[in-house]
Amino acid sequence: MNTFTDVEIESITLRIDDKDVSCRKGETVLQVARENGIDIPTLCYMEGLTVWGGCRLCMVEIAGFPKLQAACATVCTEGMNISTNSPRLENYRRIIVELLLAERNHVCSVCVSNGHCELQAMAIKLGIDHVRFAYRFPHLDVDNSHDRMRMDHNRCILCSRCVRVCAEIEGAHTKDIKGRGVLAAIIHDLDQNWGESETCTSCGKCVNICPTGALTHRGTAVGEMTKKTMFLPYLTLMREAQP
Amino acid sequence: MTQAASMPQPPTDDKRWKIVETTMRRNNFHADALIESLHSVQQAFGFLDKASMLWVAAALHVPLSKVYGVATFYHFFTLKPQGKHVCVVCMGTACYIKGGQKLLDEVQQRYNIKENQTTKDGQLSLMVARCIGACGLAPTAVIDGQVFGKRTPPELLDSLDATLKRKANV
Amino acid sequence: MKPEELTAMAEKARNQDAHFSHHIHVCTESGCVSSQSDVLLKNITDEVQRRGLKSTVCVKGVGCMGLCCNGPLLKADDTMYQSVKPEHAGTVVESLAGQPVAELVCDTKQPFFTRQKLIVRENAGRIDPENLADCVAHGAYRALLKVLTGMTPQQVIAEISESGLRGRGGAGFPTGLKWATVSKAGGKTKYVICNGDEGDPGAFMDRSVMEGDPHRVLEGMAIAAYAVGARQGILYVRAEYPLAVKRLTRAINQARREGLLGHGLFGSNFDFNVEIRLGAGAFVCGEETALIASVEGKRGMPRPRPPYPANSGLHGCPTLINNVETFANIPAIIERGGKWFATIGTEKSKGTKIFALTGKIKNTGLIEVPMGMPLREIIYDIAGGIPDGKAFKAVQTGGPSGGCIPAEHLDITVDYESLTKLGSIMGSGGMIVMDETSNMVDVARFFMEFCMSESCGKCIPCRVGTYEMHELLDRICKRQATMADLSLLKDLCDMVKQTSLCGLGQSAPNPVLSTLRYFESEYLKLIQSSPTGLAEDGAKHVALEVLS
Repeated sequence: MNTFTDVEIESITLRIDDKDVSCRKGETVLQVARENGIDIPTLCYMEGLTVWGGCRLCMVEIAGFPKLQAACATVCTEGMNISTNSPRLENYRRIIVELLLAERNHVCSVCVSNGHCELQAMAIKLGIDHVRFAYRFPHLDVDNSHDRMRMDHNRCILCSRCVRVCAEIEGAHTKDIKGRGVLAAIIHDLDQNWGESETCTSCGKCVNICPTGALTHRGTAVGEMTKKTMFLPYLTLMREAQP
Repeated sequence: MTQAASMPQPPTDDKRWKIVETTMRRNNFHADALIESLHSVQQAFGFLDKASMLWVAAALHVPLSKVYGVATFYHFFTLKPQGKHVCVVCMGTACYIKGGQKLLDEVQQRYNIKENQTTKDGQLSLMVARCIGACGLAPTAVIDGQVFGKRTPPELLDSLDATLKRKANV
Repeated sequence: MKPEELTAMAEKARNQDAHFSHHIHVCTESGCVSSQSDVLLKNITDEVQRRGLKSTVCVKGVGCMGLCCNGPLLKADDTMYQSVKPEHAGTVVESLAGQPVAELVCDTKQPFFTRQKLIVRENAGRIDPENLADCVAHGAYRALLKVLTGMTPQQVIAEISESGLRGRGGAGFPTGLKWATVSKAGGKTKYVICNGDEGDPGAFMDRSVMEGDPHRVLEGMAIAAYAVGARQGILYVRAEYPLAVKRLTRAINQARREGLLGHGLFGSNFDFNVEIRLGAGAFVCGEETALIASVEGKRGMPRPRPPYPANSGLHGCPTLINNVETFANIPAIIERGGKWFATIGTEKSKGTKIFALTGKIKNTGLIEVPMGMPLREIIYDIAGGIPDGKAFKAVQTGGPSGGCIPAEHLDITVDYESLTKLGSIMGSGGMIVMDETSNMVDVARFFMEFCMSESCGKCIPCRVGTYEMHELLDRICKRQATMADLSLLKDLCDMVKQTSLCGLGQSAPNPVLSTLRYFESEYLKLIQSSPTGLAEDGAKHVALEVLS
């Protein structure tokens, strides 16, 4: 990509939460909000990966739009007036996180990611102290077959970050999703044990990018699992810098 | 095509793989043809086994996990071999309103299987359809490809018994 | 094929037909075939042969004649017969020379037949869908000829816009506007996709059109392709419709052989080809972006829009997607003009609509009526009312994305706006009638079960929301629910509707919302009769895990 040309970059001005901001053409609402210190919650978005648009936590109100829009997938246009926080949005976000907690078996007290978990942080931020929905209590496996990493389906929220980083950045596409609806699950190759996968390069990107304790390094104790995510913007930048 | 030249060998020398290969060739071994190819496998072999998915993945240059993801996304594909006879009870809205559930319950009870299961002797698989498009004849069931419309549970069971007996004698 | 060859083909087929003094038409669509109409057709053909009448009696298999519940249907000259069994073949052939077979006669003067207006289905029951020459004799490809020999793409789009035709797949988006958008989109390669993945349970209009008049669909697609600048068409058909797939495949092969598809159609420089892609059982593939993913051989998961498929669809190219019935309307509009089409229907809903009448009703089957017909007329006159002396309770339109309409609104007119105002939708045209014995909460639970198992699992509101809504409905049905559960259900409906990624999730709560709107008393009755029903608040699940 040629960064130093004298092509004039088109600039756009808009309003987010009553704050006037400007951005480059093509940027999404989420990107611009973050650049301006406005926090819009998300669990599936990751800068450097394709937009998934699945968690629906980043839904925002845009004046003149009949429906709510996902900030991660909405490109800014001139004069947009966006509200990222309202009692209504807050309520929806709370329900979404409650649904996630009810969907699988999330028990923070025994989780290696306790204290470093994006789902847990989100729940605390939204003030969730109880879940109104029936827990599903599904019987799910823990895949311990890989010698360095572990996949615990009980803690997976199907954000697909691992699938995308594996396919888009590492280029292995070892992971994908099987089934559909609440029965969907992350798989390796033809739904085999991770340790037996011939396509996995054991690069560990998926572990570092997982928002919860679903993907972890083996041998970590409760609360010990911290994740390093800086590799993603770094790799993106390095790739763009290549001729 | 160059891709055709690097075409991997089919899992066995079963002639039916040729049919699948023809489907893939007709689509220039393009990744787009994944669903078509899986249809072709299922039509030839009755279900999708691991070997067939490995081969299709290699021939179309599609990652294994993607093949498995697609195969399990669509209701039409099955990864388990089917019974000798297949009974599909329609549970579309019209059939449900007109007693499709009763048909399903009775068949389940009689043969002691649930939906998507096969009897122990491998004779009968029971499936549920989302709508077979014969709503005017609700409630309906399909036995080995033949549609039976406006059936009461005893009538359907009779037809099923007859099918199982007749073909068993052949 | 050259223009004059089409005329010659039609002429020849008509001349051949004129030699026959009698015609016997047997329905050969899925519904009647399941009652052995295929055997009947064979028996009649044999019978005619045996009696040495082959040169005077024309026997052919045709598309659906509508009254599916009384199938197999058969037409011998001007007499319609119903519930004809294979063993009746001899009697029917014999009757040609004398009196009709009284006990088999189906009254074609009844409102079921007389109140219909046929545009899309004008040739159903008249043509042999497997015989191209017969279709051409009845006007197939004449509209395409007219377009390619005398109209610019802009004129075609203008004609469609003037007709006021709106998409028949569900949402009712103006077809002309959609075509214009794709036409204006840049790019060399464009695609036209026909959505024949009729996933809505209880609807079989599109199946019938594909089985009964496949060339009409191909012709509609070709005209659309010419108008928007595409050269490749894709017919996405449900694998659950094997007969439709067979007929369409045959139609495509015939059209290719005769040069009605392929290079330089009718001597113009317009090329058009169609290929079939099989669906594999996923309701969500009715959503345009999911359908495109499926055509690309992927999991049928929708993606956020924009970009819309009209600008970036299949392989990132501008793509026009319309459903079967929409395309099947096109030839008639081109032949008779947009103005003519616009005289039919209401101010905002033009033309006719095919409905699949099913459920607790006397005449089940397919009807095509002008938009704006009162619902009461459809239910009581055309469909013959409710059988067994029961009372009408509600009619569900729009399938799992729609809603129900109760008795007090029977006098509405059936068009896009009125149905939306009542909290339902036109949808693809399924009408499922329920009588007083139907339990509306159970119906809502049925639809939620459907949406739950059809949810692709990509977005959380739909994936887990439909599961929890189903759970709550199930509790209510089993008399285990509290008032707090009901209010939770309402909250959840609102959230899923507002935040889901695609149309499936956004409309999944509709059957619940609509039954709550008209039949809340049924919900309350179930809750109040449950042991825990009057408790102020349901048991709360304390989530110890979050604050460890």
